[in-house]
Amino acid sequence: MSALIKEQTGEWEVVIGLEIHAQVISKAKLFSGAATAFGAEPNTQVSFVDAGFPGMLPVINKYCVEQAIKTGHGINGTVNPVSVFDRKNYFYADLPQGYQISQYQQPIVSGGTVILDMPDGSTRKIGVTRLHLEQDAGKSLHDQHPSQSYIDLNRSGVALMEIVSEPDMRTAEEAGLYIKKLRSILRYLGTCDGNMEEGSLRCDCNVSVRKPGQPFGTRTETKNVNSVRYVMQAIEYEARRQIEVIEGGGEIKQETRLFDPGKGTTRPMRSKEHAHDYRYFPDPDLLPLELDPAWIEQVKRGLPELPDERKARYISEYKLTPYDAGVLVAEQETAQFYETVAKGRDPKLASNWVTTELFGALNRTNKAIQDSPVSAKALGGLIDLISDGTISGRIAKEVFEAMVETGKEAAAIVEEKGLRQVSDTGAIEKAIDEVMAKNQDKVAEYRSGKEKLLGFFVGQTMKATGGKANPGVVNELLKKKLAG
Amino acid sequence: MAAPTRMTIAEARKALKAKKISSAELTDAHLKAMEATRGLNAFITETPERARADARRADAVLAKGEGGSLEGIPLGIKDLFCTEGVLTTAGSHILDGFKPPYESTVSAKLWQAGAVMLGKLNMDEFAMGSSNMTSYHGAVKNPWRKKGANSDLVPGGSSGGSAAAVAARSVMGATATDTGGSIRQPAAFTGTVGIKPTYGRCSRWGIVAFASSLDQAGPIARTVEDAAIMLQAMSGHDPKDSTSADLPVPNFEAAVERGVKGLRIGIPKEYKLDGAPKEIQDLWEQGIAWLKEAGATPVDITLPHTKYALPVYYVIAPAEASSNLARYDGVRFGLRVPGKTLDEMYENTRAAGFGAEVKRRILIGTYVLSAGYYDAYYLRAQRVRSLIARDFTEAYKQVDAVLTPATPSAAFAIGEKMDDPIAMYLNDVFTVTANLAGLPGISVPGGLNTDGLPLGLQVIGKAFDEETVFAVGRALEKAANFTALPEGMA
Repeated sequence: MSALIKEQTGEWEVVIGLEIHAQVISKAKLFSGAATAFGAEPNTQVSFVDAGFPGMLPVINKYCVEQAIKTGHGINGTVNPVSVFDRKNYFYADLPQGYQISQYQQPIVSGGTVILDMPDGSTRKIGVTRLHLEQDAGKSLHDQHPSQSYIDLNRSGVALMEIVSEPDMRTAEEAGLYIKKLRSILRYLGTCDGNMEEGSLRCDCNVSVRKPGQPFGTRTETKNVNSVRYVMQAIEYEARRQIEVIEGGGEIKQETRLFDPGKGTTRPMRSKEHAHDYRYFPDPDLLPLELDPAWIEQVKRGLPELPDERKARYISEYKLTPYDAGVLVAEQETAQFYETVAKGRDPKLASNWVTTELFGALNRTNKAIQDSPVSAKALGGLIDLISDGTISGRIAKEVFEAMVETGKEAAAIVEEKGLRQVSDTGAIEKAIDEVMAKNQDKVAEYRSGKEKLLGFFVGQTMKATGGKANPGVVNELLKKKLAG
Repeated sequence: MAAPTRMTIAEARKALKAKKISSAELTDAHLKAMEATRGLNAFITETPERARADARRADAVLAKGEGGSLEGIPLGIKDLFCTEGVLTTAGSHILDGFKPPYESTVSAKLWQAGAVMLGKLNMDEFAMGSSNMTSYHGAVKNPWRKKGANSDLVPGGSSGGSAAAVAARSVMGATATDTGGSIRQPAAFTGTVGIKPTYGRCSRWGIVAFASSLDQAGPIARTVEDAAIMLQAMSGHDPKDSTSADLPVPNFEAAVERGVKGLRIGIPKEYKLDGAPKEIQDLWEQGIAWLKEAGATPVDITLPHTKYALPVYYVIAPAEASSNLARYDGVRFGLRVPGKTLDEMYENTRAAGFGAEVKRRILIGTYVLSAGYYDAYYLRAQRVRSLIARDFTEAYKQVDAVLTPATPSAAFAIGEKMDDPIAMYLNDVFTVTANLAGLPGISVPGGLNTDGLPLGLQVIGKAFDEETVFAVGRALEKAANFTALPEGMA
């Protein structure tokens, strides 16, 4: 995909920055001890703090802070030893305190980088401006009653990390890759489950367009886009809309827009919905958050191996291509599956089997790798049968399909179906003799120089042995016999 | 033995331990006094049944020879403290019918120490006021009147109900809160003792917030010793309040009689106000002389940023209040006035629920935090606030405590100054500095003015040095020998 969009007045560059709201994995909320489990009955996980009762005070949850520090390290950001919680003031029924506690001028993490793994195997660095901690609001339910809205405060006060990127992306595809990569890092770290359907990862897209080399254009912000596909759609739509407006002689208004997943379009929010002056000021109920530098370092030392490091290891240790390595490390579960398969085996063969046959089967059966019908151990067993010559690669595919269907071990299927490869030269010679006898004209042609016919004889011999003949042995014997 | 309503907490405690009186008797006497002084409007909610039950429980504990530091002592609670199951209004219409399902940390500590609850005390709405005239539940009358006059005076505010009830002897002591002077000014107006401890000494958890960085709880009592006994029970670190100090609480009672010999007492020249009544200046000089006689050394000091304290306060306090009061929206508790839309419901509820002074401060606060004004007002005020705090830090290199008048005047008439917010705000001119700097301050009765009204002296101490504040306060109390009683007393 080209980074430039061609329209009437020439080429346009799209400039994209994303704000990701990632729900922190934590049993308790950011400033209260209330539980955070998804899917609980409405208003059952609400403390008096979350409900904004008089005299209630926030107390920071240390675990959520640790999660933010981890994430900060995970995106190669700087964890600030001092950060400040501010109040963002606005009225809404699902915001019980009348303000959201967030971080404004002094976030807990500054700077950072997310490396995109491009489809051609190259990488691209996207800058992260900041990461800050803030509370989530409750949820308004407008469809429960004809004239009234219901409020569910279970989510009120849940910890979010807002991760703001630099305007470094140029295509919807890069934006999609950015979200996927960030989600992968968060999952590796165990700081956010990245589940966009449940709303634990939400995305606001800032989009503007410009002629290449010109300063940034005016941007719009499209709110709450809740899948990677929608993010890409929203950006595509927004970029084309903006170009159309400008080429039509209009101007882009800096505004907040909403994505309509049904139509794949964006529309401006009603002016009332965003005409806020948030009146940020430091929350006087909370002291500045001071972190012991030793703790920051300790958390850093405890980080797991992250996707980029793992990918580098796969390339150097397993000699995989950057693309295959990138695919295998994207999800921790896949990487673990792969490593189990590859252990003590040919890593490239293992990679091929995981990324082609296994992924294909998972796609067809619509299963996640955790629920794979073929376990890593079983796939390893299959590869062992190929490596020791028991079955050929072609037969292995057949065996694999049977494994997917029956869940049986490869060896059992091979025995059951009698698929063991024939390497016995006697049996193969007999088959070759028969084939040559039946095709004497072709033998003559071969002998007169048409050596391309070797493939024909290999095929016929394999057919005659029901595919079980060892192709190497067949080749060797054929060459010898045909040579006369 | 003195009549039950004439005893101090210290005396009553001894009498209870010696079984000379029961908590039930003590409590009944105060309930009677409460009824007899209903005309003062000091209480928003009376809880006589709860009081009697508390007293019975206390008597049972005392009978076993056990009991906490306030076992069986009947107290009043400012209506800003959330009390479990007991109406808590903060003096506002907007909290109509609000019975908190939780108990504030400070009041819980008092019950733990064995205290008896007589009821909830009137106050300026959301603690915003210096006269107790902004209460939705009506003005409180000061039990004191000018000699020979019969017009009603204000008890000061915002803890007007607390001060009036203590002065009228209907409670032995009361909780109060102080954001800009709301403990010390009413104490001065009613001839009682009020201490605002260091910010962070008492937990703010469960106290309806006005301005979070300034609010502190403290007691109003009849004597310095009683104030020390109460503050002892109210203080301590609370993990539920991130701004509460994780420091041990010293023995305040033991500090009361420590004396002032060798102490250096700062006399800040900036507290000499042009146009302040002579009686204020005279009392201050008298206070200086008393402390000198008691062995302290007065030292002239300067607190150069004092003149900015009031304007700084009236930027910061409303800013925080405008945000703190956003939760009163009619959605979850208190008053709701319906509207066709959510916004209309907010508007109707808040228009009907808040009084004029609260609305004024919400508007001021919203303004100073608004885009384009934040730097000029809020940020600048915060900078000056730290300069005011630094003034004290500098002064405390030379002195152990600071002596000032508590208020620029004696109590004024009900209805006065209501049309002039600035004149009303000037009531806090001597007290706000301690809030802005987070320092402890006590107001002790120094004497009567020519009209026969009480005037107070203020002692401001170093952070977390309430002990010296009590010692100096006690020295002034002893020297002043303030024995006058108000006529509106039970």
